[in-house]
Amino acid sequence: MGAESPPKEPSPKIVIVDESPIRAAILEEGLREAGFTGVVHISEMQSLLQRIYALDPDVILIDLENPSRDVLEQMFQVSRAVRRPVAMFVDQSDAASIQASVDAGVSAYIVDGLKKERIKPILDLCISRFNAFAKLQDELDRAKSALEDRKVIDRAKGILMKLKGLTEEEAYVLLRSTAMREKKKIGEIAQSILTASELLK
Amino acid sequence: MSTPLHIGFIPLIDAAALIVAVDNGFTKAEGLDVTLAREVSWSNVRDKLNIGLFDAAHLLAPVAIASSLGLGHVKVPIVAPYNLGLNGNAITVSQALHAAILREVEGGNPFDPMASALALARVVAARRKSGAEPLTFGMTFPFSTHNYQLRFWMAAGGVDPDEDVRLVVLPPPYMVESLANNQIDAFCVGAPWSSIAVDLGVGHILHFVSDILLRAAEKVLAVRQGWSERNQEVVAALVRAAFRAAEFIEQAENRAEVARILSHPERIGVAADVIQRTLDGRLKISPDGTMRENKNYLLVGREGAARPDPVQAAWLYAQMVRWGQAPLSPVALEAAMAVFRPDLYDAALGAAPTPGFVSNVVGAFAGPAFDPSDIAGHLRAFAIGRWKA
Repeated sequence: MGAESPPKEPSPKIVIVDESPIRAAILEEGLREAGFTGVVHISEMQSLLQRIYALDPDVILIDLENPSRDVLEQMFQVSRAVRRPVAMFVDQSDAASIQASVDAGVSAYIVDGLKKERIKPILDLCISRFNAFAKLQDELDRAKSALEDRKVIDRAKGILMKLKGLTEEEAYVLLRSTAMREKKKIGEIAQSILTASELLK
Repeated sequence: MSTPLHIGFIPLIDAAALIVAVDNGFTKAEGLDVTLAREVSWSNVRDKLNIGLFDAAHLLAPVAIASSLGLGHVKVPIVAPYNLGLNGNAITVSQALHAAILREVEGGNPFDPMASALALARVVAARRKSGAEPLTFGMTFPFSTHNYQLRFWMAAGGVDPDEDVRLVVLPPPYMVESLANNQIDAFCVGAPWSSIAVDLGVGHILHFVSDILLRAAEKVLAVRQGWSERNQEVVAALVRAAFRAAEFIEQAENRAEVARILSHPERIGVAADVIQRTLDGRLKISPDGTMRENKNYLLVGREGAARPDPVQAAWLYAQMVRWGQAPLSPVALEAAMAVFRPDLYDAALGAAPTPGFVSNVVGAFAGPAFDPSDIAGHLRAFAIGRWKA
């Protein structure tokens, strides 16, 4: 240890600008696991530029749903207010990287001076974590709608049981066979039963 | 077969022609199946247009030029076959700054931009003397009409925008809140944000941009140059649809319907009456209810507003040079002017330029008449600037 290991470059300072605390935490964790120790999360958009200047980061990561992205564009300008100008976000020729990061919903701003080869792993990690978060969100949404469906189906079953004197099992079979015949989802058939029963009340 | 298109926009009233073209069926009539995407930042609109996620976009005219010149970001040539509007911005100031400027105008006409700019210079000098923090002005983007209009106005009065005050980028939806909590003292932004500040009692509209420049290209319908060459028929159809929509919007009897379409939460998402006031050029400028009317507040299509004017592009490029964003070069000037494409507009509409309006005019309140063939000579007439000849 110590004498044997090559001199390590200090970990670049990374700022994550994201109003979603969960996503920021997922990204921060990933970056720390990968050995990037200097990670700070900013969730408050007021005086964003001053906060960033105070931290003086090498890399700034921001989600694309954040209107404050335009605030960061100011850092491209050479002016008295800008201490260290931001360089091109990735290599001009690296269209695939730009595409992947826009698809993932994240943008990276690299402050002048950071070497290109040190940016790539940060950006790749960022893209994969953002995609993982989107997948998680999607699964959560689907689970929520499945739960909604089940509630609707239960109420529709209740109506069928009462009106047609069916057992719960028979009510469900009727819903399912109708859905198959009409090429619709069970949830949709159940919803139309609820609507009809509202109307006929 | 209709052509599917994805078009990005920022929820501002100068996206009216694009939104009405889609929502009122003008694009469909041209065989286009347009999906509009509401965006949150100009950076997003620019990037998504550049990489092809958008086929076209509602874009700040200077961003189209900056992208074509490779300023500040990736170089992607953009062309504008259609101008979505002239003017439409306003300079809005806090209650305190408004009172200070009125005191310094000393009975002069506060709607006269030279009088207000000189008054601002006196306010700035007094603040410096008393050791107060410099005034902070919000604008929407480094390459924005708002940035250049604010700078042009205050510099005419002797205020150096880089030395005497702070200019900061703020997303339009945050402008009003920032003015209310004293983070900024003033802002220049497109409608409806100034009206919202006035309605909430936190700001006064000091100037319509038409006080500063008679005709200022604001947003364009932007497409990638390469794409436009491969899709000439689609570009022409899009121009025709936007043109018909602008005609529809400019008919006074359609205004209520237009305002209703634009007020939809998926579109601009603000109250229909604020939108209608803006389109009518009749704005409440003070929380006390004072109204001001100016037919030039926002020109969506009338008086040749929709036809891209390369002189406007040259003026915007000259501002980039003046404030140190772009080097002065004949090649860059030519490239900037080539972004605005009246030829594509004329080809789409199969018509010669509408007679009876004055084009090729910027009509600034200060300095000599703009001459695109002598940018250096033009800029030398202005005392304040960051450029090197």
